[in-house]
Amino acid sequence: MAHNHMNLKLKVWRQKNANASGAFVKYDVNDISDEMSFLEMLDVLNEKLITTGEEPIAFDHDCREGICGMCSLYIDGKPHGPWQANTTCQLHMRAFKDGDTITIEPWRSNAFPIVKDLTVDRGAFDRIIQAGGYVSVNTGNAVDGNSLPINKDDADASFAAAMCIGCGACVAACKNSSAMLFLSAKVSHLAQLPQGEPERKSRVLNMVAQMDKEGFGSCTNTGACEAACPKEISIANIARLNKEYLRAGLTQE
Amino acid sequence: MSFKHMFTSSVGKKLVMAFTGIFLILFLVVHAGLNACIWANDNGLMFNKAAHFMGSFVVPRVLEIGLFLGIFLHIIQGYMVTLENRSKRSVGYAVNYSKGSKWYSRSMAILGTLLLMFLIMHIYHFWTPSRLGGVGNIQGLKTFELNGTEYHNLYAEMQAVFQNPLVVLLYVLACGSLAYHLAHGFQSAFKTIGIHNKRYHAIISSIGYGFAILIPLAFAMMPISFYFNLVK
Repeated sequence: MAHNHMNLKLKVWRQKNANASGAFVKYDVNDISDEMSFLEMLDVLNEKLITTGEEPIAFDHDCREGICGMCSLYIDGKPHGPWQANTTCQLHMRAFKDGDTITIEPWRSNAFPIVKDLTVDRGAFDRIIQAGGYVSVNTGNAVDGNSLPINKDDADASFAAAMCIGCGACVAACKNSSAMLFLSAKVSHLAQLPQGEPERKSRVLNMVAQMDKEGFGSCTNTGACEAACPKEISIANIARLNKEYLRAGLTQE
Repeated sequence: MSFKHMFTSSVGKKLVMAFTGIFLILFLVVHAGLNACIWANDNGLMFNKAAHFMGSFVVPRVLEIGLFLGIFLHIIQGYMVTLENRSKRSVGYAVNYSKGSKWYSRSMAILGTLLLMFLIMHIYHFWTPSRLGGVGNIQGLKTFELNGTEYHNLYAEMQAVFQNPLVVLLYVLACGSLAYHLAHGFQSAFKTIGIHNKRYHAIISSIGYGFAILIPLAFAMMPISFYFNLVK
């Protein structure tokens, strides 16, 4: 099957390091197949930059299968580009037309400082998880799975929340740079399972405290996060997080 | 965890916004209900009686203190949260993400500021003269008599204020701001206090949109009714 090829103009944010001031640089990329992924298109551009002796564009990526949460990029005014429920690595060039100008920006949030170009440091998410996004299990023999009955609906809801890949698109989409969708996904994942019960109160309180310390904004329920989320994490999880917080805050000693 | 700690975290500040917001929503019901007495078409008798009750009886006066505290808390906290949230993104985007959310959800601070400006005008028009201005402070304003005593005639004052078309227009525009502020605020407040159950959330969303249309519409009809002499 014949591929459709296109010529594109890119406006890419280039920034040497965290302290340097960045700016947009324009590039022409020609002869791009519509069957390429967006990251492959950037690979083509980087190959060209390397052969001409220029510094290639730094961007995050890993699995390129839409499951690891490593790729980012704020493309034409939307995290992960124009498609719904999709990561940048799974965005394909058929989403664009010949002659398009594509603006590519990094995630913008003070809690996600730029490392270089389009790469940001999302370590804040790791530290939020470390503050409470886990269950403590003693080592020893694995218990029989069937000894702990879990309502199927609860298990499904918990799993839907556990789908979060921690990419940070919610923070990038939010006008307040709030990490509440990310936080609420982990809290909802564990609050609905018996394994999460022992640390239920301390988890939500500690994770919210860590989120505030990292410098994220607060949630105003605009819904931008949910619309941008590649894993379609529901904003209802944020309401559940609020309930967990209120309950823990009122009843904790 | 202390209560201070609980209500000053990012989630805690939103809880304060939600609780004061719900309190102000309840106030709107009372305010709209009492003001609806103007449509009794008895030359303001029922309305003036109701207004006099609210201004003289101890329970609404004590609640009024709570109302002012609630309004101040909602305004100050709202501005503080907005400024804090804006400070979290020092370098903005070249292309803004506007498709994922409603414009009024993103503009609560601007809508709230318009409401604050309206509130100052509104207090100047009615609250200050009726509570602090004595019996008849507007020139030519008739007093209202109840059991042989003269009282401030708030109905006549409404009639006088709403003869000015500019004032009527400003009041109607303020009702528009209120409608959009409520369209987001009503359901958002309940999300913030933790209503996540889909069935209840659907009910609250519907009530919220209905409330956001009906209450501002009732308020907007008041200056319009006076301006076009629809009440007698």
